[in-house]
Amino acid sequence: MSQSNRTQGGHIDRSKTLRFTFNGSRLEGHPGDTLASALIANGVRLVGRSFKYHRPRGIFSAGSEEPNALVELRRDAHREPNTRATVTELFDGLAANSQNHRGPLRYDLLAVNDYLSPFLTAGFYYKTFMWPKAFWEKLYEPIIRASAGLGRLSMQEDPDAYDKGFLHCDLLIIGAGPAGLSAALTAARSGARVILADEDFRLGGRLNAETLEISGDSGADWAQATVAELSSMDNVRLMPRTTVYGAYDHGIYGAIERKTDHLADGGGKPRQVLWRIYSRRAILCAGATERSIAFGNNDRPGIMLAGSVRAYANRWAALPGRRVAVFTNNDDGWRTASDLAAQGAEIAAIVDTRERASLAAPAGAAVSMGTSVVDTKGRHGLKGVALSNGSTVECDCLAVSGGWSPNVHLTCHQRGRPVWRDDIAGFAPGPDLPDGMRVAGAANGSLTLAAALREGHEQASAAAGELGFSTVAKTPPAAEDEAVEASAFFHVKNDGPRAWIDLQNDVTAKDVKLAHQEGFRSVEHLKRYTTLGMATDQGKTANLLGLSVMAECTGRTIPETGTTIFRPPYTPVPIGAFAGRARGKEFRPTRLTTSHKWAEERGAVFVEAGQWLRAQWFPQSGETRWRESVDREAAAVRGSVGICDVTTLGKIDIQGRDAAEFLNKVYANGFAKLAVGKVRYGLMLREDGIVMDDGTTARLGENHFVMTTTTANAVSVFRHMEFCRQCLWPGLDVHLISATEQWAQFAVAGPRSRDLLRKAVDPEFDISSEAFPFMGCGEVSVFGGTPARLFRISFSGELAYEIAVPARYGDAMIRALMEVGEEFGVVPYGTEALSVLRIEKGHPVAAELCGQTTARDLGLGRMVSKKKDCIGNTLSERSNLNREDGLSLVGFAPVMRNDQLSAGAHFVSRGKPASTENDEGWMTSVAYSPELGHSIGLGFIAGGHERMGEIIQAADPLRGRTIEVRIVSPHFVDPEGERQRA
Amino acid sequence: MIINHPLLGPRDASEFTYLGDASLIDRPDWQAEDAQQQFHDYLYLRDNPAGEHRELWFHEQGDRSWLVVTRNTLTHEITGVELARDVAMQRGRGR
Repeated sequence: MSQSNRTQGGHIDRSKTLRFTFNGSRLEGHPGDTLASALIANGVRLVGRSFKYHRPRGIFSAGSEEPNALVELRRDAHREPNTRATVTELFDGLAANSQNHRGPLRYDLLAVNDYLSPFLTAGFYYKTFMWPKAFWEKLYEPIIRASAGLGRLSMQEDPDAYDKGFLHCDLLIIGAGPAGLSAALTAARSGARVILADEDFRLGGRLNAETLEISGDSGADWAQATVAELSSMDNVRLMPRTTVYGAYDHGIYGAIERKTDHLADGGGKPRQVLWRIYSRRAILCAGATERSIAFGNNDRPGIMLAGSVRAYANRWAALPGRRVAVFTNNDDGWRTASDLAAQGAEIAAIVDTRERASLAAPAGAAVSMGTSVVDTKGRHGLKGVALSNGSTVECDCLAVSGGWSPNVHLTCHQRGRPVWRDDIAGFAPGPDLPDGMRVAGAANGSLTLAAALREGHEQASAAAGELGFSTVAKTPPAAEDEAVEASAFFHVKNDGPRAWIDLQNDVTAKDVKLAHQEGFRSVEHLKRYTTLGMATDQGKTANLLGLSVMAECTGRTIPETGTTIFRPPYTPVPIGAFAGRARGKEFRPTRLTTSHKWAEERGAVFVEAGQWLRAQWFPQSGETRWRESVDREAAAVRGSVGICDVTTLGKIDIQGRDAAEFLNKVYANGFAKLAVGKVRYGLMLREDGIVMDDGTTARLGENHFVMTTTTANAVSVFRHMEFCRQCLWPGLDVHLISATEQWAQFAVAGPRSRDLLRKAVDPEFDISSEAFPFMGCGEVSVFGGTPARLFRISFSGELAYEIAVPARYGDAMIRALMEVGEEFGVVPYGTEALSVLRIEKGHPVAAELCGQTTARDLGLGRMVSKKKDCIGNTLSERSNLNREDGLSLVGFAPVMRNDQLSAGAHFVSRGKPASTENDEGWMTSVAYSPELGHSIGLGFIAGGHERMGEIIQAADPLRGRTIEVRIVSPHFVDPEGERQRA
Repeated sequence: MIINHPLLGPRDASEFTYLGDASLIDRPDWQAEDAQQQFHDYLYLRDNPAGEHRELWFHEQGDRSWLVVTRNTLTHEITGVELARDVAMQRGRGR
């Protein structure tokens, strides 16, 4: 019969049975179970192997602090390693496997590591595997990596969807235990907007695990009634299955809500949602975590936290053992004995380190005061314990209570430091809490039920009052102050078997002592040297034990020894949740030009240019290599006419009485005297004198300019210009707006471009060379009244124009231009041909404007005005930016005509080895020039203009080739610039 | 972080782009005798205070205002938010 350890009562739904598998064996549980409670109900004790020593391990806790019971959940791409069985809600068909063992769980071959433990102590990496050096990469590291670790990733893409969301509230209450429910009730009744979040799927916290009463009802019933009242209120949002994992600036909290993890099939809905919660006030009611006691072999399956043993018995009606012993240093452990006895377990012994206790032992339990457990036996599960008084006790479960540590984690996220409290022998929240945060209940070190209810009520009243809500004067629900006397006992001192401190990272008391011996005494060093508290559980059950052993070694108190503080997240958050929908193609927006659909129809190959997709070339039938298409397109522009979408260039509309003066300040060359109807090339510097960007600016009217920027810098140039406008010259009458997406713009280039445009531009506009000369611009209309802007500018060096229409006409415009251009043999060209054409003309782009080049380097030094105040001109005069042997942009041609140049190659004088000392510059851009019939390049070389005709090596060690190139003018085609003026 | 925009009210910091020290408003006179030295100091020499810091933020995903935010670099407490344009005017900048 399955569920052999299931007893009566508990908050599970016995009317339904859920089937699940663990390591392939078929088991049953009920709704309300966690994977851990179902395993316990089925009598499964061994659930995994430890990180380093591969020791057999069982379930240790009943909550998110679990260090041992980590499993691989679900199958294939959905497989999720290191999932805590204690917080995994059971569903029908759940499949879980234990992790970190070779061979069957029971007969793990790597258990041999346990016998090697004398060699595997703290810092063993640094000591043991030092020599021979060559062995590290080939031998030691692969073995260590294969044998240590936790679960395995699926190595497939995460198939689940994640979402993000934003929430706002007056009061965020973190944790729905007695303090949280009491606080929520008080705040909600005052009218404040309340969010109550809890990591558990059943709200109520410890009330569900205890037998304590509130106002005469069972605590669990009171919790359900309170939840029912809260869920009926419009101003309350209840968020079960939601972990508030981080406290950030200004009342902002991060939370992860598990939406479909408890379902066999999420139905395509987001698996988890990452919430950013904006709160005006917050109350931390996160409760407390029980800690263990370090004693010999305290890590066997069956040794558990006492409060968790009680939780399994009370909440899930699942007995972790039939014959239970309790080892405690405080009153709370005694409650486990009485509750377990009430559920039918036999209490073998109560071992208390103190001399007296205030609670009564259940009938038949042997009580040993002033006694400790010193060792245990049972390889795959606990069989008995040895006591300090020499006696032994047969038992299959040892419930250990080392006292309760307040969950101060979120109070530390803004650098708050916890303070030591002798009365609870633990750290409580300090005075420097995150802005707007209050703490109530066990999280505040107030460990009794009555105190939790009272503090929740008081803190909520105070927070609501600060926000202007008047609380209905009411006292908190009544409960007794149960006995919670604690003592500071952490560690059974003996030199016997190893005593575990951090179960998940396999850190023992000996490791802490070793760290002390070797000088790692500060808590931060201790943590990093031993890895104490650095596992996925962040040492929730371990940190204080480690501190106590270090305190003992150094002869100081625990508060003198100090404590590490906590960072987000409180419990692990999947990376997928942080990514949300922003993954793969959706990582960032994809921007499409208005001609994109048309280009797709033509079979264009696209390339990413920043966020944009641009046509790279337009292959025609019969073309098998990209170069064939690109050569044809470039030749067509030089021979007849081509059209290219240049919408992606940034466009900034500049208007105002002082627009010209403003441009004169942001551009290095003069703009004050640009005539209306004219365009000018503009060079923009950074304040340090390095070139920032370039483009053209057209004066459409006395007070109206349109600037273009490079595609890549559209955003940063606009930001810079707003800085200049608002911060540097706020008195100028000028306004800016980005118009990049508002206008679709096409380059029409080639000797027949004017002929083509005559068929597009309405006849009342004269675009003859006399009326519309090179660098002219104007507002026209096209195809019978559609508004347009025409610019006679040339990037290709040919007679060329750019014509812009409002974006909504972009698709119609490209189709109409192609139609009227048919008689001239018009060819669409992409970014590759565009690049070939500009390299043939020696125009710089991003490869040349790389953030380390000056106007002088580019051969544009004389453009930088010295007669006006503009960004960058003062510092551009620094002597080191103006050295005679500085870099110059020049052209390069191969000495052997058929050699291919390569971008990134470095220049070295002939006869010298290709080494860093001999480096004279580098090749920035290369292309095959159909016009010249060979490869050409642009690049920077020291003193380039004085070295025309010199032959030099272009070394490209990455591609393994060095060729000889000749230094030439960067203007390969039509150096006089006659074609563009035709 | 939340920045209380003087025109738009509280906005999340993710809507903003950070630039740096608000002293960038005090751009030197290009015609000064030692203009190069002044520009050098203006551009490269910055205080890095542990505590109150006046700095420039750009509301890029919003109204494109440049703001001068007074923020404590230790606690992220924000004690003042002004339009950079107003600050620049007060500091004598104009045309």
